[in-house]
Amino acid sequence: MIRFILGKLLYLVPTFIGVTIVAFGFVRVLPGDPVLLMAGERGISPERYEQLLQQLGYDQPIWRQYLDFLGRLLQGDLGNSLVTKAPVLHEFLTLFPATVELAICAIVLATLLGIPAGVLAAVKRGSWFDQVSMGTALVGYSMPIFWWGLLLIILFSGVLGWTPVSGRISLLYFFPEVTGFMLIDSLLSGQDGAFASALAHLILPTIVLATIPLAVIARQTRSAMLEVLGEDYVRTARAKGLPWRRVVGVHALRNAMIPVITTIGLQIGVLMAGAILTETIFSWPGIGKWMVDSIFRRDYPAVQGGLLMIAAIVMAVNLIVDLLYGLINPRIRHV
Amino acid sequence: MTATPDLESKPPAGTRRQMMAELWFYFRQNRGAVIGLWVTVALVLIALAAPLLAPYSPSAQFRDAFLAPPAWQDGGSSRFLLGTDAIGRDILSRLIYGSRYSLFIGAVVVSIALVGGIVIGLVAGFFGGWVDAVIMRVMDVILAFPSLLLALVLVAILGPGLLNAMIAIALVLQPHFARLTRAAVMAEKNREYVVAAQVAGAGRLRLMFRTILPNCLAPLIVQGTLSFSNAILDAAALGFLGMGAQPPTPEWGTMLAEAREFILRAWWVVTFPGLAILITVLAINLMGDGLRDALDPKLKRS
Repeated sequence: MIRFILGKLLYLVPTFIGVTIVAFGFVRVLPGDPVLLMAGERGISPERYEQLLQQLGYDQPIWRQYLDFLGRLLQGDLGNSLVTKAPVLHEFLTLFPATVELAICAIVLATLLGIPAGVLAAVKRGSWFDQVSMGTALVGYSMPIFWWGLLLIILFSGVLGWTPVSGRISLLYFFPEVTGFMLIDSLLSGQDGAFASALAHLILPTIVLATIPLAVIARQTRSAMLEVLGEDYVRTARAKGLPWRRVVGVHALRNAMIPVITTIGLQIGVLMAGAILTETIFSWPGIGKWMVDSIFRRDYPAVQGGLLMIAAIVMAVNLIVDLLYGLINPRIRHV
Repeated sequence: MTATPDLESKPPAGTRRQMMAELWFYFRQNRGAVIGLWVTVALVLIALAAPLLAPYSPSAQFRDAFLAPPAWQDGGSSRFLLGTDAIGRDILSRLIYGSRYSLFIGAVVVSIALVGGIVIGLVAGFFGGWVDAVIMRVMDVILAFPSLLLALVLVAILGPGLLNAMIAIALVLQPHFARLTRAAVMAEKNREYVVAAQVAGAGRLRLMFRTILPNCLAPLIVQGTLSFSNAILDAAALGFLGMGAQPPTPEWGTMLAEAREFILRAWWVVTFPGLAILITVLAINLMGDGLRDALDPKLKRS
C-alpha cells in the first residue's frame, strides 16, 4: 500500500512542476513590463524602477528567476497582493473556509439527493420516476448556473422575500472567527438567530453550486447500478432467495459505489469552477470571487498564487480519491 | 509496391451506408435524442435566417420603451413580444441574433479542440515513449486547473473579447480529445489490420490518419457533442463575467451580465437569455446522449 501511495505521489511531481511553470509564466507573458505591472498604475521613478528590478530579480536570467520563485514557493511565500499589500497566502487562507463551507454543503446535498435518485431510477428502470428524474438530471447538467442563481434570487429573495440576496450572514451579528465556518461559528457564538441567518444565506448558493454535481452523480449512479444489476452475482443472490431490497442495498449498491465515489471526487474541479460563478452572483466572500476580483484589479501576484493553490488543491483531492479507490478496490493496487 | 491496396481505409460504399442506417436506427429509438436533433436544427435555421426572422435590428434602441414588459403582461404590447431591455432594445431580436454567436462559438471551439486534440493524441499514442510521456504530462497540467478558471486567466492574458474567449475555451477542452484519441490509438495500433497496412508499405502519416483514426471516431464524436454544449456554457459564463463577448454584442451571456442589475425590477431581461442558453445546451446534450447510446455497442443490447 505504501508503495502504491508513493507511486501515485511521484507521478504527480512532474504535473505539479508544470503547474508552477504555468503560474510563473503567466505573469511573464502578460503584455508589458513586469516591473511596471507589479508597480501598479501610478508609475514609478527610474531609480525606484532599477531598485525594484533588482529586488524582484528581473535582472537575472529567466531560469534563475524561476528557481528563485520555486525556492520562495517551498517556503510558503507566494508574494504580496498589489492591492492590499498583504501576503497572498494569508489572503487565500482567510477566504478559503468560506469556499470550503459552501463546497462541502453543495457536495453533501448533491450526494444525499443524487445517489438515492440514481439507485431508484435504475431499480425502476423505465418507470415515470426514472424518466422524470433523469430528465431533470439532464436539465441540471445543461444548466447555466449563473442564470439559475439569478432566477432563484428573483423568486426567493425578490418575490417571496424568504432569503437574503448576498453575503454570508446578516450585518446584525458579529462574533469572533473560530473555525472560519459560519454555520459552526454562529452556533458557538450563542447569539439568537445567528445560526438561522447564516443558514438562510447559505441555502441558495448551496443549491446553485450543487446543481451540476447532483445531476452528474444521479446519472452516474443510475448507469453504474444498471451495469451491476445485470451481473451474475446479483442473479445468484436473487436465486438464493435473498429479498430484493437486500440484493439492491448490499450486493449491487456496494459495487456500484466504486465508480460513483470517483465521480464525486472528480467534482472538485467542477465545484471550483462553479464557485467562481456562484460566489460572484451571491457576493460570497470566498476564493472564487477573490480570483475574479483579482483578475479584474490586475492583481497579478494574487492571481498567480490563487492559480497555484487551487491547482494544488484539485490535485491533492484527486490523489485522495485515487487512494480511496485503491482502498475499496484492491484489484487496482497491483496494476 | 506501385499500388498499395486501399482496402483498409475505405469500406465499400454499401457498408458505409449500412452503418449510417444502423446508427440512425438506434438514434431514432431515443425519443429525447430526436427532439434534441429537431430543436438543434430549428436553432441552426433561426441563426441562418436571423435577419428575416428578427422584428428589429439587435442594436436598435426605442427611446419610448425602456424595460417594456413582455406582450402578455400588464403594460406589455405586441410590439415587443418578449419586452425590451434597459436601453430599449427588443429582447426577441437580440435573442434571435444571439443564436448565431452561440452556435458559431460551439462550432469553432469544438473544431479547434477536436483537430488539436486528435493530432496531439495521435502523435502521443502512435509514437509512445518519452514523446507520449511529455505530451500527457502537459495535458495533465491543463486538466489540473478548473476549466473556467484557466479560461478566465487566459482571457486576462489575451485581453477580453469573443475571439480570445473561444481560443481559451478550445485550449481548455482540448486535452479531453487528446486523451481519448491516445487511448483509442493505443488500443488499435497493434491490431492486425494496422500491422497489415504497415507491411503493405503505408507511411506513418497514412497509418495515423487513414488507417487508425477512422476506427477511433465514435468516442470522439460523442465527446465533440458534449464539448459543443460545454463551449456554449463556458463562453456564456465568460460573457457573464465580462471577459467574453463585449457589449453591445447580443451574445446571451453578455446580455445576462448587462441585465444583472435589473433582476428585481424586470424579470424578463434576465429570464429569456438564460432560457435560450438552457434550451440550446439541453438540445445538444440530448443529442449527445442519443449518439453515445447509438454508437456504443455495449449499451445497444441492454
